[in-house]
Parts: sequence; structure tokens; C-alpha cells
Amino acid sequence: MDYSNLRRQAASMKKSLFDQGYLDEQFCQVEDLQDEASPNFAEEVITLFFKDSARLISNIEQALEKYPKDFNKWDAYMQQLKGSCSSIGASRMKSECMSFREFCGQGNVEGCMKSFQKVKREHGVLRQKLEAYFQLLRQAGPAGAATRPGM
Amino acid sequence: MSTMAVPPEPPHVLAVDDSIVDRAVISRLLRSSKYQVTTVDSGKRALEFLSLDSNVHMIITDYCMPEMSGYDLLKRVKETAELREIPVVIMSSENSPARIRMCLEEGAEDFLIKPVRPSDVSRLCSRLITR
Repeated sequence: MDYSNLRRQAASMKKSLFDQGYLDEQFCQVEDLQDEASPNFAEEVITLFFKDSARLISNIEQALEKYPKDFNKWDAYMQQLKGSCSSIGASRMKSECMSFREFCGQGNVEGCMKSFQKVKREHGVLRQKLEAYFQLLRQAGPAGAATRPGM
Repeated sequence: MSTMAVPPEPPHVLAVDDSIVDRAVISRLLRSSKYQVTTVDSGKRALEFLSLDSNVHMIITDYCMPEMSGYDLLKRVKETAELREIPVVIMSSENSPARIRMCLEEGAEDFLIKPVRPSDVSRLCSRLITR
């Protein structure tokens, strides 16, 4: 198997994720925390993120239904999700979370609902893209991690 | 000015955050800087841990947590004779000058804006050694 080609593909994929705004520098910081003791740390954290963010999104969905116009509650839940996005460098998701919170601040129900749909969409897209990225990295082998895209 | 002797074992940090993702990241950050780390998910659990094991050299806590905020935890630590000398660092994703001032006035060692960087942790390490 051509491992160097796989590594190039992974690097190109990562660069694309940065160029399209899905990820920011914080993702590189997370990857940089990998070492011999924790060689898969980035993938482990990203996996944790998607499990936890799915839970938070579900919480928000329930809150939107059970607590109409409770903007404080909606905002509090979204703040948690935004924080997690920020911690792993999920830039686009973070922006949509911030939009939602702005709509909460304005008391704009329709804005919140539309924004929440965007959050879910970005979540789904990012999950697919990062799953593909980490699958490539696994195929590429141990040396296929922690390269910075040309930013 | 006297310097605190570096303990023979790695400094033990208690990291407090209700976010499982943030706990994983801060824990890895601290461990990569050679700290020994215990993580808990709430201020309440932090106080429970501290009552059993006061061999903690620093507490680093998120500000925004349900039930007991990082600020409330800071106050409880500073009000407790056995714990008040432990430096407490607050982390927050919100860069609020009022919040920062409030925490520092209550005795926080430092206030870090999330996401926390390796350079933030290095700075804390230096200050811990020279306290």
C-alpha cells in the first residue's frame, strides 16, 4: 500500500477542511497534544466531541419544544455546545452556535429555529468529513498525523 | 523572596469542568506538561475530592458550570483554612473584564480564556514553581 500517498491525501483533506472554514487552528493544537503515550488523542477527543455534541443537540431540541420562548435556557444549552466546538476547532459549527445565541439575545424565535437547523447541518457535515479524515489517517499509519495545513 | 521547592513528584492539579471534551483536552495539556492530573465534573465533586486528598498543588476550574460555578468554588476554597493556599485558576470562554476582575479580587491566581493554550499552561507552571 502506498502509505506516503495516503498521508498526502490526509494532509490535503485537512487543508481543505481549513480552507472551507470547517476547522480552525485549535484543531491543530489538539493534534499537537498527541505523542507516543497518546498517539490517537485527537481522534479520541473528536469521537468524544461527537458523542457529547449529539447529546447537547438533543437537549436543545427538547428545550425548544418543552420550553417555548425560554431564551435563557436555550442560550445556556447552546453555550455548552459552542464551548465544545471551540475546544476542538469546529469553526463553522461554533459560528452557527453564536448566531443562535444572538437570536436568543434578540428574542427571535424564528431566527433561533433556523439557526438551530444550521447547527445540526454543520454537525452532520463535520462528522462525515472528520470520520473520513481519521479513516485515512488510520490507513496511512502512525506517521500520518499532526501536519499543519499551509495557513 | 523565598521560592517554593519543587515537589519531588509531579505537581498535582485538580481540573474541574462539566464538559467531558474540555476535561479531556485540559487533562492532556496538563499531563503533557508533566503534571499529575485529577479531573472532576463539578464544583461539588471538587470539594469532595479535596476533603479526601488535600495534596493538590493547583485547581483549574471552568467558570460556567451548573449548580456551583467556578467562582463559587473559588470562594469556597478561599474560605476554607485547609484549602485557601491552593492556587485556583479560572477558565472561561467569555472574555468578560467584569468577570475577570471579580475572580482575581476573590483570589484567583489567573484567569484563562478558553480554549486554553500550551503557553498558558507553561506560564502557570513557572508561576507555581516560583510562588
